[in-house]
Amino acid sequence: MPLLKDGKVVDDVWAFVEDGHELSPGGCIVVTLGRFLSEHDQLLARNRSIGVRLANADDPKLLAPFLDQIHLIELQFPKYVDGRAFSQAQLLRRRHGYKGEIRATGQVLHDQLRLMIRSGFDAVVFDDPNAEAIYASAAGEFTEFYQAAADTTDSVFVKRQRAREKAAE
Amino acid sequence: MYRYDEFDDTLVRERAKQFRGQVERRLKGELKEEHFKPLRLQNGVYLQLHAYMLRVAIPYGQLSARQMRVLAEIADTYDKGYGHFTTRQNIQYNWIRLADMPDVLDKLADVEMHAIQTSGNCIRNVTSDHLAGANLDEIEDPRPWCEIIRQWSTFHPEFSSLPRKFKIAVTAGETDRAAVRVHDIGLHMKRNAEGRIGFEFIVGGGLGRTPYIGLTVREWIAKEDLLDYLEANMRVYNRHGRRDNKYKARIKILVNELGLEEYKREVEEEFAAQNSWEKVVLPQAEVDRISAYFAAPAFAKLSAASEAFEAFKAASREQARWAKNNLRPHRVPGYISVHVALKPQGVAPGDATSDQMRALADIGERYALDDIRVAHEQDIVFPHVKLDDVPAIYAALKAADLHASNAGMGSDIIACPGLDYCNLANARSISVANEIQAVFADPEFEDEVGTLHVNVSGCINACGHHHVGHIGVLGVDKKGEEFYQVLFGGRADEKATIATIQGPGLRHEEVAPAIRRVVDRYLALRRDRSEKFIDTMGRVGQAPFKEALYAAA
Repeated sequence: MPLLKDGKVVDDVWAFVEDGHELSPGGCIVVTLGRFLSEHDQLLARNRSIGVRLANADDPKLLAPFLDQIHLIELQFPKYVDGRAFSQAQLLRRRHGYKGEIRATGQVLHDQLRLMIRSGFDAVVFDDPNAEAIYASAAGEFTEFYQAAADTTDSVFVKRQRAREKAAE
Repeated sequence: MYRYDEFDDTLVRERAKQFRGQVERRLKGELKEEHFKPLRLQNGVYLQLHAYMLRVAIPYGQLSARQMRVLAEIADTYDKGYGHFTTRQNIQYNWIRLADMPDVLDKLADVEMHAIQTSGNCIRNVTSDHLAGANLDEIEDPRPWCEIIRQWSTFHPEFSSLPRKFKIAVTAGETDRAAVRVHDIGLHMKRNAEGRIGFEFIVGGGLGRTPYIGLTVREWIAKEDLLDYLEANMRVYNRHGRRDNKYKARIKILVNELGLEEYKREVEEEFAAQNSWEKVVLPQAEVDRISAYFAAPAFAKLSAASEAFEAFKAASREQARWAKNNLRPHRVPGYISVHVALKPQGVAPGDATSDQMRALADIGERYALDDIRVAHEQDIVFPHVKLDDVPAIYAALKAADLHASNAGMGSDIIACPGLDYCNLANARSISVANEIQAVFADPEFEDEVGTLHVNVSGCINACGHHHVGHIGVLGVDKKGEEFYQVLFGGRADEKATIATIQGPGLRHEEVAPAIRRVVDRYLALRRDRSEKFIDTMGRVGQAPFKEALYAAA
């Protein structure tokens, strides 16, 4: 399935390693939160990129001490109606200041893309032959937002205030 | 009322355009129904028994005449000439073709309306007191905060795929006409010890299969903290609300399973953890801008008594009765609020024809400061009317057959669409409601009984609010036959109470006679005419009423 990073199809260099399976000696690997928490010393000591896969019920706060050493966090949409990963992404970006990749996997549909972008996802595994074009159109469907989010602090409330201040000058 | 600026307008138009694209993809077959469903659902489009239904948002129930006329035009052009006003202060159309929906949304956008988040697992249309700005006992107009919540919740990226739908209501009167204790979040504007106005924050009320009265999570939260506190509650719910079972997914179940103290602890922890980036920026100037739209209109200086009104009441018993039952006191001398009951005998509760909508628009424009409200009782209210204009308004209502004199009375029944329209229903609601209405067909009898709320639902999802009726009726299916369980003692006001099921269900034709016996029992038991049905029941208990209910069997 195509992986989009910032809206462009890219090669996926990451490999997920199941709990209990041996880690390959090189390459970029993704592990579960449980494994990361119990083995982070060894994992981070190796000279390679580490990603963590969070289950929907996992608390992103547990990763807070390690975020500057993690390059990828995978969040899941087991079903498109399950929006827990939106909260996880917002927490990672806005509360914990995570700067690495946040990737959406699972049932990712066209019409969720805008919400994902707003919540802080910069990568999606999105199964569609026109993935790039769809992503671009979804990203641009709306130009105004009532809320600040991971993508912008320019809410409508803020823009109105700015307009008022400008008018008062 | 609130008027859109360029930002609001852009958002609503972009949404209409987006939905047009989604409908096109669906009609071309590019989008499967399975994947179209959550999209149409966030736009108020339901696939019903016979056709698609469109639910249009009427934020906190307020409409202008211009908007009401467009609702009438939509009913004529795209539906069968009528619409249905709902308990969520919205309007729904039952016969709109999917291919026409995008055009309907464009027409709505032209008059600053939309169908955003009128369904789906998101924050729904915010509801409020239909007498906001007019009633005697409110400490402040709640509508600016309804509008602020409307904007904050619209397309909220984090809270668009919640475990289940989410309903917020705001009230500011001593008397709660917005049923805030049976909402997912209810906000009751109150003063704190220092006299500042803020909100009592109530969480976890709701009807449906498992009714709960909401619990107070904060006795008082400041206005400037409201949106942040809402975010904290929504995040706890989004992360921890149950998703394994649709019927256990509302926030009321989460609050109940965690217990109030633990729920509160989690919310307070989340609220305290918000950093300055996360806090919602809502400048005071923005609150002031929105509030200004709800400033009191320029009321005329009038004397408290009106000769024209007195003459109107004296002219006929019919008019005197309507005046007694359908008018509500107003805070300004010489003014009154008019309650238009959309409940004539034999009509689906809440239905209005396009001609009636136009008549309501004309009255609103001419006599009611262009302010028309939808009440959660599925009725229409003109909050600001001069007593002197009451005779003319009554004449106009009568000409449109909108002069039912039963506001708040036994035949002013709340009912869901039931099996006639809804694909969730187990039983008909409209026909049983009509038969109960007939019990009160004699105006003298209905007046003798006085205030009585009868609520009818066609299934346990409780869209007819049977849990909070003084008398509730719930349709169930038993081996292919409709039966109706009767409940007693519910109320939706500030003394919110969940009604109690009395016993085995009755057949369709048994319901109305049984309710007649219950009402007769009340007349026999009450202390005097001033003791309402619900108060007599509170005093003597439900047993004698239950006995009357089943007396024929």
